[in-house]
Amino acid sequence: MAAEQAAREQMNVVVVGHVDHGKSTLIGRLLADTGALPEGKLEQIQEFCRRNARPFEYAFLLDALKDEQAQGITIDSARCFFRSAQRDYIIIDAPGHVEFLKNMVSGAARAEAALLVIDAHEGIRENSRRHGTMLSMLGVRQVVVLVNKMDLVGYDLGVFAAIEREYTAFLERVGLEPAGFVPICARDGVNISTRAPWYEGLTVLEQLDAFPKERGRAAQPFRLPVQDIYKFTAGGDERRIIAGTVETGTLALGDAVVAYPSGKRSAIRSIEAFNRPPQRQVAAGEATGFTLNEELYLRPGELLCRADDAPPAVSTRLRVNIFWMGKAPLRAGRPYKLKLAAARVAVQLAELRSVMDASDLSSSRGKTQVERHDVAECVLETAKPVAFDLASELPVTGRFVIVDNFEIAGGGIVLQALSDERRVLEAHVSQREAAWESGAVALHEREARQRHRAKLVVAIGPDEAALRELGCALERRLFDAGHAAYYLGLSNLERGIDAGVFDGFERRDERVRRLGELARILTASGQIVITVLPEADQADLETLRALNAPQQILTVQQSAARADALGLATDLVLDPGTALPARVQSIWSLLEDRQVLPDFVI
Amino acid sequence: MDKLDQLEAKSVYILREAYRDFRSLCMLWSIGKDSTVLLWLARRAFFGHVPFPLVHIDTHFKIPEMISYRDNLAREWQLDMIYGENAQALAEGETFPAGKVDRLTCCRNLKRDALKHTLAGDWPRYRLDHTSGQYQLDPSREPYSGVIVGARADEEGSRSKERYFSPRDQANEWDVGDQPPELWNQFKTDFAPGTHVRIHPLLDWTELNVWEYIERERIPVVPLYFDQGKGQRYRSLGCWPCTQPVASTARSVAEIVAELRSGKFARVAERAGRAQDKEDGGGLETLRREGYM
Ligand SMILES: Nc1nc2c(ncn2[C@@H]2O[C@H](COP(=O)(O)OP(=O)(O)O)[C@@H](O)[C@H]2O)c(=O)[nH]1
Repeated sequence: MAAEQAAREQMNVVVVGHVDHGKSTLIGRLLADTGALPEGKLEQIQEFCRRNARPFEYAFLLDALKDEQAQGITIDSARCFFRSAQRDYIIIDAPGHVEFLKNMVSGAARAEAALLVIDAHEGIRENSRRHGTMLSMLGVRQVVVLVNKMDLVGYDLGVFAAIEREYTAFLERVGLEPAGFVPICARDGVNISTRAPWYEGLTVLEQLDAFPKERGRAAQPFRLPVQDIYKFTAGGDERRIIAGTVETGTLALGDAVVAYPSGKRSAIRSIEAFNRPPQRQVAAGEATGFTLNEELYLRPGELLCRADDAPPAVSTRLRVNIFWMGKAPLRAGRPYKLKLAAARVAVQLAELRSVMDASDLSSSRGKTQVERHDVAECVLETAKPVAFDLASELPVTGRFVIVDNFEIAGGGIVLQALSDERRVLEAHVSQREAAWESGAVALHEREARQRHRAKLVVAIGPDEAALRELGCALERRLFDAGHAAYYLGLSNLERGIDAGVFDGFERRDERVRRLGELARILTASGQIVITVLPEADQADLETLRALNAPQQILTVQQSAARADALGLATDLVLDPGTALPARVQSIWSLLEDRQVLPDFVI
Repeated sequence: MDKLDQLEAKSVYILREAYRDFRSLCMLWSIGKDSTVLLWLARRAFFGHVPFPLVHIDTHFKIPEMISYRDNLAREWQLDMIYGENAQALAEGETFPAGKVDRLTCCRNLKRDALKHTLAGDWPRYRLDHTSGQYQLDPSREPYSGVIVGARADEEGSRSKERYFSPRDQANEWDVGDQPPELWNQFKTDFAPGTHVRIHPLLDWTELNVWEYIERERIPVVPLYFDQGKGQRYRSLGCWPCTQPVASTARSVAEIVAELRSGKFARVAERAGRAQDKEDGGGLETLRREGYM
């Protein structure tokens, strides 16, 4: 009995619909009919209403339960917790008023199933449609529509059928197929837990019980958003653990894995857990961790997949559907933060394809921004490539939120991966170049006098101190040979040009951007600018390359690990095991090869 | 995965999110069963480690067993243990019942204010030095921007409105009416300078779940939760003047689980033994809004 209780299945259900269409009444009725109410509670409230000559309302009952809960008297009931023979249900509060859309959305996002209530007498209203749209956007696929207050239309099934037709057509437009429609009278408990003689379909409770719990998440391709990489050294712990929750699929010891967007590969060496016997396999839903055969420099935010599964999409441009809850509208030209699976990346609105009012799907094509409560189809462009799936294929890795000014301001689903380009960055550079103000001396004149071409040399790798040493040695050698070389120390930016860069996830991206802009100016002065970027990834190098244009960049990586462990493509790979002068010489030779240094024809 | 596995996985996920995004993070440890489960979940999340300090607000009215249990576990598990207090209220006797204030004011002084200033770092903090085994004044005065708390939605009304990541503004205020949305497993992990975020990994757990989990994982809890032969035990732990034991003969975790499932407590709220909850109906909500828990 004990084990059976703990193992009982639980399902989160959200009740939505236009205000006054009968959500509270339905919830009260479900609680009453399934015996979830504290003894005598219903009678007590009914008696109270009688004495005060007020009609009884289930809403009073719910309020009374909430009050009691506030005073710490009952526990379970006001969480709106009821059970059927099949499983336990938790009803999530989701207010009907549009002002509370944030709460409705937060509640519905946690739901595995939804009951959408429509008043038969009043018909489909604004929030009936808005909530239907939201359920679809949030990926709640198990939806039953309840046509309530059938008593008010004299149980006319023609009215029911008309609403069913009209609302089915509406839901089709937002891509949602309801499991069914049930004509009910919540107040009198008609077709809630028992069937009326004139009705042959499933009751509300039967519909809920018929929903499958997990829809085969374990059978889908393996996806683990890398939440973090831990290397806790306390107590001599040597493990480097990749941590995250398995969203879909399964993974076993020895499996070959690929991390996206970096494309780095390895295999699972161990599955780690505190206070558990050794484990050979993990499956969807588990919060886990493991070590890899090779020490990969993975970053939090990557998407780990099995090498033998279909890979996710990797791109900077995503066609998406979003809904907006922010006080300030979503508009182009403003930086936002995208959170998709474990990735966090700067994002901009690149293109607005259509904006719709979620309550009637009327679209206004001319709109240039997405206002609060709007739903829109648009193209987002991220500052770096992200890995994701299409919502239609793998919903959990195909949805995202957008953060504006520290708040989650919007959410959405990915419809399509567009070609991986950085148009926002390119557009910026071309606008900047078009407006570039040159002095009296042309770059080629400077280059001729200095006997070298202007160049940005960027050294990357895991060991910051070693990189600095390399950068300075190169600067010294170039200077001694009579060139205008300048080592740009990152620490000097920290307190200066980067002061005030807010300490958030964007910090890195913003610092790389500033470095790129600064390099554009310094190289325009004809110098060979040397800098180091310890933790750079490929996208950082691409950003620098783009921002430093029209001058050229030379990239060098210095790492003890195999070059492919870093997974980066650079112009040169150095082994820090070799002596410093030899490493400087390698860069020197490459500069000659690339005709940055003399022997080039002026 | 059964219900406990699911609850655990979600809590672990939340803890890892918090650790990833908050540089200056701490966990409140009240020594009670909930925050001890939370501490255990942290060890599960971080593979045996607890990579942030545990902050305890010492009212100096805690039942003595609680403090010795705290320090024993802190030593055994090598925890980064910190405590804070309202030294002034204690020195001036602004306490209940011996002092000159009522229960709620006492709570405000010894818990709310002590917590607020300990988190902000403007009152002294004491840190356990594992070499000497003594608490020493902590030189760090850095404020905590993320605070992990063991609150559960089923505890009382005001908590059922909480989010997993719940912002508090500069004045430590909690705006119950205007909370940020939480979508799927994306939470509010961005915060403006000067504000901080309360993180609630246990929000979905019930009292019963907590005990079932303690039983399953064999987590050590303070013996005060068990009947020691007098036919009474504590169901909820707090300060001794305001916490009464309940009549119960449960002597083990298994017996507590049985009692909660179908026995005498199946329909009686846990905090029924806490006097300050009754003093004013919305007292706790007020305290919460003001920043105490
Ligand atoms: N006639 C009739 N009235 C109903 C029915 N269900 C709910 N109501 C009434 O509709 C009003 C709004 O119901 P309520 O449950 O509070 O709506 P909510 O705002 O969606 O929670 C109340 O006066 C209810 O008594 C029903 O089946 N028949």
